[in-house]
Amino acid sequence: MEVSKLPISATQRGKLISAGYTSLSSICSASSSDISRGTQTAWDMLQEEQESLARITTSCADLDNILGGGIGCREVTEIGGVPGIGKTQLGIQLAVNVQIPVEFGGLGGKAIYIDTEGSFMVERALQIAEACVEDMLEYNRFLRNDCQVKTQPKDILENIFYFRICSYTEQSAVINYLDKFVSEHKDVKVVIIDSIAFHFRHGFVDLALRTRVLSGIALKLMNLAKKFSLAVVLLNQVTTKYTEGSFQLCLALGDSWSHCCTNRLILYWNSNERHAYIDKSPYLRSASASYSVTSRGIRNSTSRSKRIKMMI
Amino acid sequence: MANKLISEMRLPKSIANIFAARNITTAKDALSLTELELMKLLDVELSEVRSALALVSEIVCPPFQTALLLMEQRAATEHLGGHLPTRLKGLDAALCGGVPFGVVTELVGPAGTGKTQFCLKLSLLAALPAHYGGLDGGVIYIDVESTFTSRRMIEMGASSFPEIFHSKGMAQEMAGRILVLQPTSLSEFTESLEKIKVSLLQNQVKLLVIDSMEALVPGVHEQRAPGQHPLSWHISLITSLAEFSRIPIVVTNQVRPQSHDESCLYPFQVQKMDRILKDRTRYYSHIVAVLGFHWAHAVTIRLVLEAKSGQRFMNVEKSPTSPPLAFSFTINPSGISLLTDDGTEMVVPETCNLSSR
Repeated sequence: MEVSKLPISATQRGKLISAGYTSLSSICSASSSDISRGTQTAWDMLQEEQESLARITTSCADLDNILGGGIGCREVTEIGGVPGIGKTQLGIQLAVNVQIPVEFGGLGGKAIYIDTEGSFMVERALQIAEACVEDMLEYNRFLRNDCQVKTQPKDILENIFYFRICSYTEQSAVINYLDKFVSEHKDVKVVIIDSIAFHFRHGFVDLALRTRVLSGIALKLMNLAKKFSLAVVLLNQVTTKYTEGSFQLCLALGDSWSHCCTNRLILYWNSNERHAYIDKSPYLRSASASYSVTSRGIRNSTSRSKRIKMMI
Repeated sequence: MANKLISEMRLPKSIANIFAARNITTAKDALSLTELELMKLLDVELSEVRSALALVSEIVCPPFQTALLLMEQRAATEHLGGHLPTRLKGLDAALCGGVPFGVVTELVGPAGTGKTQFCLKLSLLAALPAHYGGLDGGVIYIDVESTFTSRRMIEMGASSFPEIFHSKGMAQEMAGRILVLQPTSLSEFTESLEKIKVSLLQNQVKLLVIDSMEALVPGVHEQRAPGQHPLSWHISLITSLAEFSRIPIVVTNQVRPQSHDESCLYPFQVQKMDRILKDRTRYYSHIVAVLGFHWAHAVTIRLVLEAKSGQRFMNVEKSPTSPPLAFSFTINPSGISLLTDDGTEMVVPETCNLSSR
């Protein structure tokens, strides 16, 4: 029987075919370790995960708490919310925070910011960078540390690689190109795409094709994250869906896309405060936390009655 | 970039021929399919497809810049680092210099709150010569509801810049730089946008004003079933025009009061909420109300104008560089002026409940 007629997913079929197994008999005669080239045991993976405990702080302690310390490397995190909730703010904050030197508990890495909507404002990045440097100096003074704060706000801006994307073709192109780019700039530790949805919401007539292209993109980003041990952050837009007799909010790009990312964080308004909710994660507990957007960036919210709500 | 021809990309001959044979002529064709589909279509090994795609992607991918370079470049080449000052001190401070280039700024408010006045003033400011703080360029004003009055604009000019407007011929020259289009239907609007593309790319136009967006789409106020937004093509064209030509684009919009059953929640919120809470909470009504989320996401700065108990307020509601601030203003012969330079910081729900006069 031909492999192409086997009832398995196209990806697996493709993998088998590209590995040279074109008929059922050839698979049967191979041993399991031949076919499973490129797999690992769970124990090896645990060792790997322990090594990469690095997480990128969001500068808001409550948010970091529900995220297990911050945005994790080697995984794809999707962050979605209504316009004005602070997605781009969080994106810029992460692009700055990834550069916090290792002596201050950061990753000391660089950032790639892929802007599809034109919402990246350089003035705001400068404001956040200046606040970050001031916080580091404050931390230094407080702990009377010997380590010098050598970074300047301009250096921080210099380490943000900015791509401006104007169509979904360019978006696919840049994601394909990232592999080569990151091999040449090995200290990139975060890739932020703001927003993943914009160009795919119009211009694609064939929605089934859109779903396939999007899952191809998600797979590439996941591979990128694992190969270079970096964090991929995707910012998503919001749309309404008619379910259970009323319109409800949901993240854009459809149901199939919602399976593609490792973690999903939803930013929403709750009685005049901004909150973040862990909607999907293989290892983080469902919880929500409040945060605020200040002139210095993302910070803890200052309301008196805040508490982290565990929602199980 | 997307329409770059594969034949011009200097791919290895064999793969280039195969692409051509299967009618994949532009980068867009190649990148619109998944790798597996390309593999099936072209009948080549996956590894070959991948390396060809990697080459195509590298060529199509726009060049990167560091954020520092971006900032320095803009500061060096653009007026005030890429801003059109509105001459309203408090507002300009909140917006880091003025209405930013390259993105869409939206003015939202019920009828009669001063949106057209603000647009007229901005058009004037953009037409002014550089040494008076203007952009010294043309303005395209798309007037959908026929609210443009040249007389009012000249009055504003004469009142704010008497020395320019009273000198011979200046009023005519300033007014001559403002091109007013009055489309009466969505298709006419579409045509006008196409024509504008050319003159924008020739660098003569420095500001585009669209007054107003939602008048173009009748029935846009009803909640629509999911599907293509009627203005989705226009939204993407407007945002890409802004980006390519690096000009400010100002758009005005109406609001409508939100009805009870429209407060949109996420599924996880619905699960935990009581009946009582559901009725009491109101979520960002006017952001949803006008043209929906799709448009709201495309807008970078949103200024909400409202009138409350005899006073007018301009609220900076969505801005990447400013917290929500409210400025009270008045309308006078020279346009709009703020009553105080410092805005008052608003607590969010105030921005949601627009009260009409």
